[in-house]
Amino acid sequence: MTKNHKKLVEIQQLKKYFPIHRGSLVSRLEGNIKAVDDVSFDIYEGETLGLVGETGSGKTTVGRTILRLYEPTEGQIFFDGVNLTKLNNREMRQIRRRMQMIFQDPYASLNPRITIGSIIATPLEVHQIARGKEKKERVQQLLEMVGLNPEFVNRYPHEFSGGQRQRISIARALALNPDLVICDEPISSLDVSIQAQVVNLLEDLQQRLGLTYLFIAHDLSMVRHISDRMAVMYLGKIMELADRDEIYLNPLHPYTQALMSAVPLPDPEAAKMRSRVILDGDIPSPSKPPIGCNFSTRCPLAPMAKELCYNEEPEFREIKSDHWVACHLVDLRPIN
Amino acid sequence: MENTLLEIKNLTTRFYTEDGVVRAVNGVSYSMQQGDILGVVGESGCGKSVHALSLMRLIPYPPGKIEAGEVWFNGRDLLKVNASEIRNIRGGSIAMVFQDPMTSLNPVHTVGFQINEAIIQHLGMDKKQATERTIELLTLVGIPDARSRINDYPHQFSGGMRQRAMIAMGLSCEPQLLIADEPTTALDVTIQAQIVDLVRRLQEELGMAVMWITHDLGVVAELAHKINVMYAGYIVERGDVLDIYKQPRHPYTIGLLGSLPRLDEAPGTRLVSIPGLPPDQTRLPLGCSFAPRCNYVNEQCLQELPELEATEKGNHMVACWRWEYVAGIQSL
Repeated sequence: MTKNHKKLVEIQQLKKYFPIHRGSLVSRLEGNIKAVDDVSFDIYEGETLGLVGETGSGKTTVGRTILRLYEPTEGQIFFDGVNLTKLNNREMRQIRRRMQMIFQDPYASLNPRITIGSIIATPLEVHQIARGKEKKERVQQLLEMVGLNPEFVNRYPHEFSGGQRQRISIARALALNPDLVICDEPISSLDVSIQAQVVNLLEDLQQRLGLTYLFIAHDLSMVRHISDRMAVMYLGKIMELADRDEIYLNPLHPYTQALMSAVPLPDPEAAKMRSRVILDGDIPSPSKPPIGCNFSTRCPLAPMAKELCYNEEPEFREIKSDHWVACHLVDLRPIN
Repeated sequence: MENTLLEIKNLTTRFYTEDGVVRAVNGVSYSMQQGDILGVVGESGCGKSVHALSLMRLIPYPPGKIEAGEVWFNGRDLLKVNASEIRNIRGGSIAMVFQDPMTSLNPVHTVGFQINEAIIQHLGMDKKQATERTIELLTLVGIPDARSRINDYPHQFSGGMRQRAMIAMGLSCEPQLLIADEPTTALDVTIQAQIVDLVRRLQEELGMAVMWITHDLGVVAELAHKINVMYAGYIVERGDVLDIYKQPRHPYTIGLLGSLPRLDEAPGTRLVSIPGLPPDQTRLPLGCSFAPRCNYVNEQCLQELPELEATEKGNHMVACWRWEYVAGIQSL
């Protein structure tokens, strides 16, 4: 993906803080959980942008805030040139037709009391797109598209396996012909052999329908597999963003390097050969992020830099064409 | 065989449920040597956890029942010993670490108390000695400032630290065999790397055998010496780790490896998915249980159950009628 492509989504300095209140009688503000803290990136039309990070890195919050399922605390979200943060509820609902979401847990995201036909038809009804025979045909067409038997329309979610339920979620997301689909850990609850089925389906549908994906996951190998570009998040911030091959061959942020080396390789020989960076400690609490660089408490390089990393927040900057990184020490290391 | 630590013969476990008889483990046989690291790999429902619980006799009855089999450990059949003996073995010479460290630690007792309890029970130490031992163990598994942390409750520990505490508890009585059931599945990759590294180091230092149960073919590739691949309650392939990953023989293993994306893959690689779903274990097919999803299926596969047989390499075993044909296709 290059800069010649049209930007479908532009995120500028997005922040989402969740307030922490204490006290039952008189509630007072104790602080904020900085789930997303000053994040900027673009998503180009037709690409898959992978957003990878560990638990609590804020990747899901980014996805939800783009759809304004959470109200952003600060910052701008442009979708196809329209500033979403300025829209009222009615306008927002209109434009949400063009952006859909697939959730992680296919057991919790489908209403167990209604048939899958009604589940898939709901978006069509809400937006008054189709009714009667037309609606029925569209639902069957969607089921076929995601590889399910169209005769299953009258069955209930419990009659399906996890992988099939995720196909139903995909069909529901595609019902309105969206431009953007936000996939929030769509495969992490599925078994390995089923994950591949769903990923292949997502790839096929993207080609057929020209979809743009924001693919959120914690599995670095899977994100690299499906993405054109990847962003690595840590504690509410993007640490590094680049093309999938660039970030793999030339990771510049020490966190990205550590994350890559921690991913298990299904190959005993290659696993023995590679050098590993094992990070100490845990991810800090997003209510009290470290002063200076967010990663400084676990960074193997920060002690070398002495004051800088512990006092000053690094700027997220384009170090070379299309390769963005937020690290003070990047200049100290060779760049290919 | 020399130094055999554990020998399982024809282990069979079933669950009698309202929906029918679930055939969870179907005649599993294998042995483990002292100091081995064995990876048991398979998807949910393949019987990998149930087989481990069965050998510790931790299957709830009803609905579960160990129908048949022998589990030889230190010259005794664990399925035949009396209740007090098995209690001494559990947590004593065989220890177990479970997947979810939050639910396997008791939230109303301190971490120190829970580890002490095991030491007092099994090693007969007094409270003061046990506390010293607990501090030593927590330090060994990499918990900083262990002396003050023993008074913390589980909720004051992070996920990775809880799993370290569980491992410390498992190690407290110097087990000969540590069974780790998906110990890193609930953890982030950077924390998983810490735990895998810890277990590898402890295994080398203490010389115990480790059985690592997982659905993640990546984790055991780095850690294990030998692999058992399970499907629908059967071991379908078994061998040295290099043979399993470099020359998988069972179509299921081949499919499983193909469906994993690799961090170092070339651009444009497409995942090989296994069609269909794992079978309903109340209604297992007559022949090979993988036959309905297999690309190489023939009439014999549908009619007769294949047993583990040696491939061209003696200790590499596969349960497939057509492994030679499949191997031929794979080498093309």
